[in-house]
Amino acid sequence: MVFEILSYGFIHRALISGIAIALMCSVVGLFLVLRRYSLFGDALAHAAFGGIAAGLFLGIYPIWVAFAVSISSALGLTKIRQKFQISGDATVAILLSSGLAMGVVLISLAGGFTVDIFSFLFGSILLVSLENTILILGLAGSILIVILLLYRQLVYTTFNEEQAKVSGIQVEKLNYLLVAIAGITVVSSMQLVGILLISSLIVIPNVTAMMFGRGFKQTAILSMFFAVFSVVTGILSSYSFSIAPGGMIVLISIAIFVVSLGIKSAGLIKNKTIVLSTRAT
Amino acid sequence: MKLVEIENLTVDYEGILALDKVNFSIDSKDFLGIIGPNGAGKTTLFNCMLGLLNNYKGEIRFFGTNIRKSKQYLHQIGYVPQKPVFEKNFPATISEVIGMGLTKNSKSDKIDEVLQKVWLHELSHRRIGDLSGGQQQRVFIAKALVNDPQILILDEPVTGIDSQSKELFYQILRDLNQKENITIIWSSHDLDAVAKLATKVACLNRTLFFHGISEEFFHNEDLLKLYSESSMQMHMQHHDD
Repeated sequence: MVFEILSYGFIHRALISGIAIALMCSVVGLFLVLRRYSLFGDALAHAAFGGIAAGLFLGIYPIWVAFAVSISSALGLTKIRQKFQISGDATVAILLSSGLAMGVVLISLAGGFTVDIFSFLFGSILLVSLENTILILGLAGSILIVILLLYRQLVYTTFNEEQAKVSGIQVEKLNYLLVAIAGITVVSSMQLVGILLISSLIVIPNVTAMMFGRGFKQTAILSMFFAVFSVVTGILSSYSFSIAPGGMIVLISIAIFVVSLGIKSAGLIKNKTIVLSTRAT
Repeated sequence: MKLVEIENLTVDYEGILALDKVNFSIDSKDFLGIIGPNGAGKTTLFNCMLGLLNNYKGEIRFFGTNIRKSKQYLHQIGYVPQKPVFEKNFPATISEVIGMGLTKNSKSDKIDEVLQKVWLHELSHRRIGDLSGGQQQRVFIAKALVNDPQILILDEPVTGIDSQSKELFYQILRDLNQKENITIIWSSHDLDAVAKLATKVACLNRTLFFHGISEEFFHNEDLLKLYSESSMQMHMQHHDD
């Protein structure tokens, strides 16, 4: 059965682009989660929805408009946060609702679109074209290389901005770069799980990995493993059972999270029991 | 040559003077204790010296160069903040935290070397969030030392740390100054510790009350009285605010 599924070209494309997106989301997501930007991906995805609608409305390839809107929103939001000292969650809420509002208004102005807007909302990885697979691979590769080159600076800035500044790191520029990368990651990932489920791919594998990883590198590797496992099993099982792949991927990553919670709690109980029995003797 | 020179340093926060025409200099191998009540401007002074605050008047020179012209001096400085703020569950081992401070030219065995200096080499693979406050501060000293700095700046580093850890911390600072010839600039509320450790004292309360040899300050009843009156005044002012 699995071998039969793996013989289809569209499954190859779905798996290749899915794995690339999983790696990109988990690595970028680790920095976002640790900076308490967990919902930032969600806000950017909603802004991208406005971009998709604008692209369809103006007759421009919607993904390109989504890239432009998502990156400029990410940079603009960071600037607003720095300049006006508005809290992070409030700016995320503003961006989230403004993107969605723009999309809804444009859709109603156009009297609806012939293009299936649901494929952007919930993803359609099984329909990914060869051109888009190449684009996703190129973007994921570039982003991972940039993160690898700036690894120490990014980790240091995420750990403590003030100390990073004192050590000579250009923190502001690095913050702009990270949010721009987040914008690209979100739009690239829309085809996999859709706008409404993107933040789960950014957040859940990282939160799960943080339960077990002792160091940063170990946590990043575990997160990549959990993300890739969820995507591969999600795509294969969704095809086998004719279920939407986006939802399946997210449910699998949630299942891994729940099982991890169980393992972690069992470990804590065991440790407590050992401590108590040691005290008793 | 003086390592650090501060001339007429004035910081004005929208009409409120945080620092008023502060002048002093620091020689190589000095162990300078900066004392002063809360709100005296100690952290503001450090923020100016570290390039974190730029809207000041006056001039700050490190190694003879105005810090507005070049940030190269930062590579010769190790900084230990009051209480480093980081996510408690941040997944980083002690080795990784110290490695964040490494420059490209540093040797890879440097991490073990600095961990030995702060007596934490056996814990290098532990998560930073699992350590006690005192142990965490020792990690941050190790991180500050990883690039062989000439100057170590510490902003009230033992706040909230138990007395046993404080003693260990002070021993480490003494060794760094006396055995490794590192110049130390250290702000503290702990007058007893400053009297024991510092070779020089700067007494700050928005303006500089005193700067000179430690014994001179601690053996001068008038200066000590002036300091306690000024601290009390500042304390009352905080209550009124």
